[in-house]
Amino acid sequence: MLDEIKIIIHNGKQFITDPRNVNIPKPFRGRPEISTVKVDENKLVELCPVSAISANPVRIDLGKCTFCGECSFRFPEKITFTTDYKLSTNIPERLIVKEGENLPIEIDRKSIRPEIKDIFKNSFKLRQVSAGGDNSAEFELSACGNANFDIGRYGIEFVASPRHADGILVTGPITENMAEAVEIAWKAVPEPKVFILCGTDAISGGIFFGSKALNREFLNRIKVDLYISGNPPHPLNIVNGLLNLIGR
Amino acid sequence: MTDKNQNICRVKNNSVISLNSIPVYSYADFSGLAVELLSKDDNHCVTYFASPYKNDLRFIAAIADDTAGDIILLSYILTSSEPKQLNSLTPKITALHIFEREIFENYGIAFKDHPWLKPVRFPHDRFDRNMKVNDYPFYKINSHELHEVGVGPVHAGIIEPGHFRFICNGENVLHLEIQLGWQHRGVEALMLEKKQLLQRVILSESIAGDTAVGHSLAFTQLMEALGDIKINEQLMVERAIALELERLAIHVGDIAALCTDISYALGANIFAILRTGIINFTQSWCGNRLGKGMIRPGGINLPFTNEHKERLFDVLSKFEFQFVELAHRTYKLSSVENRFDDIGTVNEELIRKIGGVGMTARMANVKRDIRSSHPFAGFIIFPIEPVTLPKGDVFSRFLLRRKEIKKSIAWIRNLLDNYSFDTPSKKPLNDIQLKPDSFAISLTEGWRGEICHCALTDETGNLIFYKIKDPSMHNWKALELSLRNLEISDFPINNKSYNLSYCGYDL
Repeated sequence: MLDEIKIIIHNGKQFITDPRNVNIPKPFRGRPEISTVKVDENKLVELCPVSAISANPVRIDLGKCTFCGECSFRFPEKITFTTDYKLSTNIPERLIVKEGENLPIEIDRKSIRPEIKDIFKNSFKLRQVSAGGDNSAEFELSACGNANFDIGRYGIEFVASPRHADGILVTGPITENMAEAVEIAWKAVPEPKVFILCGTDAISGGIFFGSKALNREFLNRIKVDLYISGNPPHPLNIVNGLLNLIGR
Repeated sequence: MTDKNQNICRVKNNSVISLNSIPVYSYADFSGLAVELLSKDDNHCVTYFASPYKNDLRFIAAIADDTAGDIILLSYILTSSEPKQLNSLTPKITALHIFEREIFENYGIAFKDHPWLKPVRFPHDRFDRNMKVNDYPFYKINSHELHEVGVGPVHAGIIEPGHFRFICNGENVLHLEIQLGWQHRGVEALMLEKKQLLQRVILSESIAGDTAVGHSLAFTQLMEALGDIKINEQLMVERAIALELERLAIHVGDIAALCTDISYALGANIFAILRTGIINFTQSWCGNRLGKGMIRPGGINLPFTNEHKERLFDVLSKFEFQFVELAHRTYKLSSVENRFDDIGTVNEELIRKIGGVGMTARMANVKRDIRSSHPFAGFIIFPIEPVTLPKGDVFSRFLLRRKEIKKSIAWIRNLLDNYSFDTPSKKPLNDIQLKPDSFAISLTEGWRGEICHCALTDETGNLIFYKIKDPSMHNWKALELSLRNLEISDFPINNKSYNLSYCGYDL
């Protein structure tokens, strides 16, 4: 018993008191900022491995960005990645960062169905479905539940069955082989329910965009309630995204 | 490189060879030689695949000789006019079962006398598109006394998809069949379709996100070999540190996960927190907790500095103190030992038979570790000796992680003591001109085990074939065997004790 207490004392306080205000040290790559400095925009656009950058004015779509940082390494005067880890929204257009604007990425409260807050504010259970995820977003989702991030303190939890869940959270670019299972899992969740895409792969296909082995057709038939960007999203990004969605 | 007497082609890890220099045998000679080589304990098959060659198929097998530190290459060409049927080598060398199945699935080559040409991963470009992952017919035993338990593809918890089918007699598992494929994203095809070097390296980081460093290192070494790019010593050292940090982080996370499965809350919580310290260090070095963005061909964007070195000393000291304190308690708890000891044993003989690699081999007394047998990156300069354990049960897998963590910390610390990071490498290359008509092979030792990447180029130096082998290709079979005659309730601890990759296998 004394041994255990000693171990706990040595381990110290580990939980993050306020996940909304954490300083992640550089060189963590969070929300990028684009300056108004003139650069060869064509080169910048060509450089991006996932076509997330477009020109005139320069924009970066964080739904596509894999956060490799290459644009900031080659054009440091134009693009800098800040350590702002909050990269979740319900409006996909808000994931597009524009030259000179540099606004935080926020949720649009008005366009979120009111029942999400009314019903899920104090208890929000999600079923995670990996559909071709590379086990990195899954890794960070698991981390959300550990003693550092402790998402359970907000009543948010990942559950074993879609029947027990208030929504589905998909990771991965949605493979052809997994497409049917995603849909079955979605149908198994009782109403009202929430659909979340977690990670760049899930939002746009990411580096897998264009692969013949994907089938993202289901996304055309569904309303997405939350996009959590990142490759993989940092646990603090996931925690904040979910808290904002349920209005806490 | 070719033995004159025997016409055997031997290459070293991370080397390039002209395609014409790989000896082409008749299938009879190819089989004879492969069986002869693979019957020796020193050798094991690292990869065996077929690739389109004009209208024909070129089969290449790479066999690692762990004592000599060589890779032996054999090839065989099946012309389009010949029947698509070959005698299977699996009845003699069980470890080849998975590779023959893969060739059958991709190209429709029927391997005569193969015990079971079951699908591997239902790839998009498979030979028979009528075979669908969702109506795969699982193995059945007809008996009134037996029942089946099917789990997946979607499992309880945050985990990747796959299907486990148990045939049980009451609580006892007679047989477990694992079928995968749901994660297939077409990585190998994309490697050729995406032309930018940066796209390809990012793709390699996403083969298995928990092994981002291991896989991107294999890719990078392959491209550097094909482009004849020399890197400086510091970069080699940095890459090895990154790989060991990945090993530390995942191993301690897996120890936590095993504690979770036996409801040992103290271990589950604190081992998991200890992982955070390591991956946060990786993030403070390269910007990503999983090491994405770190390994790049020809250079590095954010080099390891002497300031990182000082911080890593601190991180490791803190980690080690708490890890040792908690492990000391955990590993001698009778409730822990009782739950893991003698459960899910796969002995040395079986591991050799199925060609197990990495941790899965070392936990059963099979000393296979690419870091020491075919050294690469910083392990050339700072050698490392593998740890092995004799028994092959869940407790061995649990204990091996503890021992490997200890070993890796000591290795990193010795390196930091003796190395000054004063000569940062240049920036990564945007493009690499690859050597034409060549074959290259790269092996790394990720935390799960041996990763193998191979590439073939055409006469203009374009990539025409890319082959990836995650250690899970060999090792899923070990999990199936572990479950034999075990209670079905012991499945979770066995599954966690291996922690094999779904996406690395499905590609």
